[in-house]
Order: sequence, then C-alpha cells, then structure tokens
Amino acid sequence: MYPFEITTPLTIDAAVQALQNEEAQPLAGGQTLIPTLKARLAMPEVLVSLTGIKELQSIAERDGQLCVGAGVTHANLAKQTAQYPALAALAVDIGDPAVRNRGTIGGSLANNDPAACYPAAALASAATIVTNARAIAADDYFLGMFETALDEGEIITEVRFPIPQAAYYAKFTQPASRFALVGVFVARFADAVRVAVTGASEEGVFRWLDAETALSQAFSAQALDGLTVPTEGMMDDIHGTPDYRAHLIAVLTKRAVIAAG
Amino acid sequence: MTQVSMVVNGTAVNRDVADQTLLVDFLRNDLRLTGTHVGCDTSQCGACLVHVDGLAVKSCTMFAREAQDAEVATIEGQADPDGSLNAIQQAFQTHHGLQCGFCTPGMVMATAALLKETPKPTEHEIRTYLEGNFCRCTGYHNIVKAVFAASGQDVAQIAAE
Repeated sequence: MYPFEITTPLTIDAAVQALQNEEAQPLAGGQTLIPTLKARLAMPEVLVSLTGIKELQSIAERDGQLCVGAGVTHANLAKQTAQYPALAALAVDIGDPAVRNRGTIGGSLANNDPAACYPAAALASAATIVTNARAIAADDYFLGMFETALDEGEIITEVRFPIPQAAYYAKFTQPASRFALVGVFVARFADAVRVAVTGASEEGVFRWLDAETALSQAFSAQALDGLTVPTEGMMDDIHGTPDYRAHLIAVLTKRAVIAAG
Repeated sequence: MTQVSMVVNGTAVNRDVADQTLLVDFLRNDLRLTGTHVGCDTSQCGACLVHVDGLAVKSCTMFAREAQDAEVATIEGQADPDGSLNAIQQAFQTHHGLQCGFCTPGMVMATAALLKETPKPTEHEIRTYLEGNFCRCTGYHNIVKAVFAASGQDVAQIAAE
C-alpha cells in the first residue's frame, strides 16, 4: 500500500471540512475502496474515515419512510429493518458475512457499482438520498456507471426509503463476486409500481418503464408476458452476453412480482 | 505515523504505525501474530478473517487505525493457555476439516462468529455463512462436518457425500 494519511472525524461537519482538501476522499466501510487503493485505481493522499460518526448510524421510521443512516452496515440494516423486509433480504445477501459487517449503504450508493444491489432498491423505492448539502431524488441521483449526482466533497448522510405495500428483490448472483449478475427490484406502491434493474446496463441501474406500465395495470407475472428488454447497451463480459442479461431481466422481474405477491 | 491502541486476544497493545497499515499487516508484522493469513489480499478468500469487537471482518480490508480501541480476536487466542484446542479447533482436527491448513485460521474464526449468532446452524446455514471463506483442498464437506460437530450436533445427520 502506498503512503497516505487517515483522518477520523467524529461529526459530519468535521468530515465535510476535512474533505475540502482536493486530495481527500471519504472512506466508509472500505470493502470496495481498499481493494481499489491496493490496485492503485485511486490514489488519494488523505482518507477521511466516516466510520466514527455516530450521526450516520441510526435507523428509524419517520412519516412512512425508513430512514437509514449512511454509515449503517449491511449486517445492521438486515437485522434492524423489519419494516421493509425486501430491503433487509437484499442486505443480508450482499457479499459474505465479513463484508456485511463493514460495508455500508452510503458507501455502496456513493460508489454506484453497476452490479451493486442497493442502487436497485433506492431507485425502485423512489428513495431520497440526503447529503450534507441537499436531498436528491433517486431518479436524479444515478448518472451512469460509477457516476452519481454527488459533488466533490459531498457525502451521503441518510437514505430515506418510502415503504412499499409489497416488494421483492430477485438477484441472480454472480457466484465469484457475489454481486448481481442481474438483479431486479420490484416495488408496488398505492399509486405506482417501480421496477429497477442492476447488473445489466452499461449505464448502471435503470428503471424498466415498460414493465412498470404493465404492472401498474395488473400486478401479475402474466402482465409481463411478451415484454422484452432491448439488448442494446447491456453489459457484455465473460459472465453473460447482452442477450443473456436482457433475458434474465424479464425472468427475474416475473419472479420478483410473484414473490412480492 | 500514528499511535494505535487496541486489545488483541485480551492483551492491550500500543504501537506507532503508518496510517496506510492494514489490520492484517499490523497483526502479522508488528505483533508477530502470523496465524492470521493473507490469501488473496482482495477480500475474497477469508484467510485473514478476525473478530473486531465481536464481529467477523476481513483484516486485509480494514486499516489498523480503524481498530483503534477495539477488542480484536485472532486464531492465536482460540486455544487454551495450556495449548489444548477449543471445541471448534478440535472438531476441525477430528473431522479432518483441513488439509494444507492455510485457510484454517479464517475458517475457525468464521465458525466462532457463526456459532455465536446461530448456536445450532443447519448444514445450509453453515455453507451460506462460509461463502466468504475459500478452501482449495478439502472440497468443504469435512469443514461443514467439523462446524456441525463443533455446534454439538450429530454429524451423522449430514448426508454422506
């Protein structure tokens, strides 16, 4: 590992202050960032560790929304989120137990890996990503592979999930990485159905609008019969072709609808 | 250099370390506790698994600085002071849950974390929990048997392979 400095602020304000340094980068659970540093894919001079900030650790229900602090680990979210079972089930299937004890929801959303699970939950739930500076609707937050609406030095503080009437995350796990080869999160609200897909598009997580329209009229697997996703723009790698990924999206969406009930 | 203090296997330790020092390197190089292994160094294999404040973590993917004031448990603290094996270690020996032994410290620490959460895991729960621990020798059957036995359950319940 190359030499760098780690600072350990105890408040959001202190962290934001430390991130004014252009050469600084926030460090959440580190489960992606630390391997990235080892590979020299990033070489910040200062890491601002967010782990000691208690303000980022709470989970609470407010106004029908599940409000999750950005520093909540996957393991803690899985244990403490009885109000939103589909989200808890997603969290408990990320990585492996040791990764879940360190990795955080804020870190995952800030990184926006195109095969990560949380982006699908946030987008399908129409979540609000709250930062030290503003609140961003999920629809405006995800801008492409590893790209988000976050500005330099801006950190996520909380994620607010409207709690759907029914929801399910169907994940086809890539068994080596434990990321989603394809994952589909379906959330049914009183006035809408939202379908978000991860692991498939070169642009990262996206909403499958045709499926949303069909499911809004009839929330059943049959409503999806004949619907297909264009293969253009789907990721192509050793794990799956664009055709295969597009096919998986349709299959997993049906499974999610059936499981959500 | 920054001074870090933590309690490792019940003993308070205090060292000056460079900020970029990984917890696993602190344990192995500074404390000379070389039972914790580095396998992949990319947080896949679990050979470096230790407990920090009672939680299983991959020590190759955490900085020593982040364990400031924490209670850290490694494989060196598992046996009794007289060297006799604990129930998990004994079960791995009895059921031949290792061959080369490289992954074993991580496997034993992962098992300890599992049994604390789930004292009587099913075979499926064991296999699921150990997803982040790779063994390239055994084919896992005997490891699963060892964990099952360590939890006080009759290994005859696990289907013969």
